[in-house]
Amino acid sequence: MTALSIQGLEKVYGNGFKALKGIDLTVKRGDFFALLGPNGAGKSTTLGIVSSLVQKTSGTVSIMGHDLVKDTFAAKQCLGVVPQEFNFNQFEKVYDIIITQAGYYGLTAKQVASHAETLLRALDLWDKRNESARMLSGGMKRRLMIARALIHKPQILILDEPTAGVDIELRRSMWEFMKKLNEEGTTIILTTHYLEEAEQLCKNIAIINNGEIVTNTSVKALLGQLKTETFVLDVDGDLEGLPELKDYQIRHVDNEHLEVVVDKGQGLNEVFSALTEAGIQVLSMRTKANRLEELFVDLVQDDNEVANKQTKEA
Amino acid sequence: MAQDINNAQNEQRIERSVFSIQWVAFSTIVIKEVRRFMRIWQQTLLPPAITMTLYFIIFGNLIGSRIGKMDGVDYMSFIVPGLIMMSVITNSYGNVASSFFGNKFQRSLEELMVSPVYPSVILAGYVMGGVARGVMVGLIVTLLSLYFTDLQLHNLPVVIVVTFLSAILFALGGFINAIFANKFDDISIIPTFIITPLTYLGGVFYSISLLPEFWQNVSMLNPILYMVNSFRYGILGVSDVSISAAISMLIVFIALLSSISIWLLKRGTGMRS
Repeated sequence: MTALSIQGLEKVYGNGFKALKGIDLTVKRGDFFALLGPNGAGKSTTLGIVSSLVQKTSGTVSIMGHDLVKDTFAAKQCLGVVPQEFNFNQFEKVYDIIITQAGYYGLTAKQVASHAETLLRALDLWDKRNESARMLSGGMKRRLMIARALIHKPQILILDEPTAGVDIELRRSMWEFMKKLNEEGTTIILTTHYLEEAEQLCKNIAIINNGEIVTNTSVKALLGQLKTETFVLDVDGDLEGLPELKDYQIRHVDNEHLEVVVDKGQGLNEVFSALTEAGIQVLSMRTKANRLEELFVDLVQDDNEVANKQTKEA
Repeated sequence: MAQDINNAQNEQRIERSVFSIQWVAFSTIVIKEVRRFMRIWQQTLLPPAITMTLYFIIFGNLIGSRIGKMDGVDYMSFIVPGLIMMSVITNSYGNVASSFFGNKFQRSLEELMVSPVYPSVILAGYVMGGVARGVMVGLIVTLLSLYFTDLQLHNLPVVIVVTFLSAILFALGGFINAIFANKFDDISIIPTFIITPLTYLGGVFYSISLLPEFWQNVSMLNPILYMVNSFRYGILGVSDVSISAAISMLIVFIALLSSISIWLLKRGTGMRS
């Protein structure tokens, strides 16, 4: 059963800019789905159309089986939206913002009192419930938008850059919250620039670039496409003595760091042996970039090259 | 047959449920709007009270005592209904224009746009918020006027009907203004250049019988003249216009502006890219 179905979605802005070029996208119920892409790729336009904040040019959007145009009322009831930018009345109190949003879904303050408390406690906002929203920190404001989006218990939650500008500790606690929510049955669709976030949380991923879906697959399958991985080694010793290893691309960053590019399935034992023989000690090791990040860059670059070639040919 | 009944019951249940959802949403918008203007009462309720008190003192007491009677009543008594009506319409208009535009500007309108609230309910909620402020300011001004003059009450139903219809009409005007506004300056253009002049020329301070015939006819094209005069009729029993014509005109304009507002909301004009 699909939670979100997008068919042939096109968006042409007034200035003629084609933000979406007829995309198709399906998100299954219960999925934790990431829509990734560089800035201006069409992510926010797609989610904007699904959230009824942006007018589509053509195509169809169906939410939990309800067409967004023909059955707007039912479709909108299934959706909770956490936008990228703060979009609540800064002068209202935290609790009032939540209760007002519930009212828009036909739920009275009395009906949602218990759920509002649960949400605000879970998101660490209960103590701030009587404060004006403008007094909250950036992270709190972001959590307030999550609480607001969940007050009517939507079946699908859309999060546009939910952890942008949030510190690491808070980001991780928000990840836990979202994971739990997904485990309880809520379908989550998010966009993020933190690819680690998508890799950690999501089951399926679509990458959008220049208004087109470049890839739409599971995180596992996508990571399976990874051809190489770059490791950074912090070392102690004389790197001049390191013999050349023909199966590896090794770059000397400086006297204390080496970058080793490893093909898929290729081990690092040979590198470690060579380093040990040369009397070089490996102090620590890390991947240069997140695995998904490497793939993302490759896919987007390839797509841009194809697009540039087509433009030149035209 | 049983299946049909079941279907009908289900449909009824859905209908009822939709109605109850929309009703709660409507109440929520109205409560939010009332809470907003009560929270900033220094900007919403106090200024009209001060301005109107000055009008009562300057035009009513100081100048009015030299003018004598207008349409057979004291000048102070003559201007009070007009000033009350002026407060009602300017505040109904101003409340919706500033609140709706403020929500657009702060993007908190998106809360409503993603929700299943019908455009007609959004409109009704904001308009009712404007009516609430208009009526509340009208009551405050009425109470203040009692300090300066003894108000009669010639026809209460006319007073109530005209007050509410005028407040609704101007709240709708404020709503359309806010839809098209791109900056805060845009919501003060219509009040400054259209509503205020029409109000002053709408018989608040004089009877149009004082004007030459040509200007009397021109004045008859001013919709605010009908509101002020029919309200004055409800209070004093004197009017320059036909009350039934005034009420009919208000209803027609309300129907027209409501249709335009709902059409704009559905199109997402000024709200959706």
